[in-house]
Amino acid sequence: MVDKICDSLAEALAGIHDGATVMIGGFGNAGLPAELIDALIAQGATGLTIVNNNAGNGDIGLAALMAAGRVRKLICSFPRQIDSHVFDGLYRAGKIELELTPQGNLAERIRAAGAGIGGFFTRTGYGTLLAAGKETREINGQHYVLESPIHADFALIKAHKGDRWGNLVYRKAARNFGPIMAMAANCTIAQVSQVVPLGELDPEVIVTPGIFVQRVVQIAKASQ
Amino acid sequence: MKRFTRDEIAQRVARDIPEGAYVNLGIGLPTLVANHLDPARDIFLHSENGLLGMGPAPAPGEEDEDLINAGKQPVTLLTGGAYFHHGDSFAMMRGGHLDICVLGAFQVAQNGDLANWHTGAPDAIPAVGGAMDLAVGARSVFVMMEHQTKTGESKIVEQCTYPLTGIGCVSRIYTDLAVIDVTPQGLRVREMAEGLSLDALQTLTGVALLPI
Repeated sequence: MVDKICDSLAEALAGIHDGATVMIGGFGNAGLPAELIDALIAQGATGLTIVNNNAGNGDIGLAALMAAGRVRKLICSFPRQIDSHVFDGLYRAGKIELELTPQGNLAERIRAAGAGIGGFFTRTGYGTLLAAGKETREINGQHYVLESPIHADFALIKAHKGDRWGNLVYRKAARNFGPIMAMAANCTIAQVSQVVPLGELDPEVIVTPGIFVQRVVQIAKASQ
Repeated sequence: MKRFTRDEIAQRVARDIPEGAYVNLGIGLPTLVANHLDPARDIFLHSENGLLGMGPAPAPGEEDEDLINAGKQPVTLLTGGAYFHHGDSFAMMRGGHLDICVLGAFQVAQNGDLANWHTGAPDAIPAVGGAMDLAVGARSVFVMMEHQTKTGESKIVEQCTYPLTGIGCVSRIYTDLAVIDVTPQGLRVREMAEGLSLDALQTLTGVALLPI
């Protein structure tokens, strides 16, 4: 019997090694797997490359992971926030590497990794600083830039409901990066508000099929 | 001369958005446009984080942390709206499916080049988000901005001095002084603030303008 449900956050995060590339879902706080990030801080892996749209807010979650000195490099599209002081300080001090990527390239690079695409040409960023040094090609009179996929060792995502096969549904705009990050990581770990019995999720509306998910852990409702 | 207020600029942009349009409003000034769209007309607002049919802010106490806009403020979803993931959301933006996007800007060049993501200052934290995707992907790119900087320099320029967001991508510019189309012949004035002459507008603008 296949059962991807983990009994604890610690069990869910087992094996995340120093130097790993870890995708973290969420757009701002919507869909951010806050409990998994806190558990990752406790777990202790360091020298991480983190892939997230933003660079943390306030002093919690991703900001706390960076403040703890665990993040070597961040791949993101929008680091600057009103309360991104942790990242801002590390960046200005040269203590964290930033790979800034247009948001659509970030999404498509993640999707490409999940779909086995070796690279793709996009119009986004052509002629800008963010395409400097990259291969370009003219296709049917339009200019394109070659972008590469982003693979991850692990993805930490937040979903609404999951079952023991790893099928997931999300809630509202918290879906954001979850489905594509789940495809791009060797090991996807989903925190869910509710684990449901197999068969309860309507196959017509499952957003992430279990093939993309290796571990599921339920977070106590009170902390949602 | 009476400059257009921010709300009047927003109102002016809203008037150019036809029923049935799929529209993305950038963060900052462009979000004001939503307040001036006629709710009786079906206009589909897209939010890059994964919403189509985005509605107004919720009533106090009705906020949902899972339902936010691109500026990370709480919003609602209209009846008939949809949620989707980031891959699909950016396919809508990059694949030419949006009719209009409205963006803020630091500078627009006479050929439609747009600079709106980075001042290039050495200590600035660069952040781009979806601006470059919208710039190349939306069928029409409307820019909404103050005509001049705080120190009185024209933000409409011969060539952008700030780092570019996209090349030749802007279709129309809405400022507190005028509405200006970017055309193959150059910048053509469509409308001006009350009491402003073309000559006066020309003096305040960095590049040659074609008359209405």
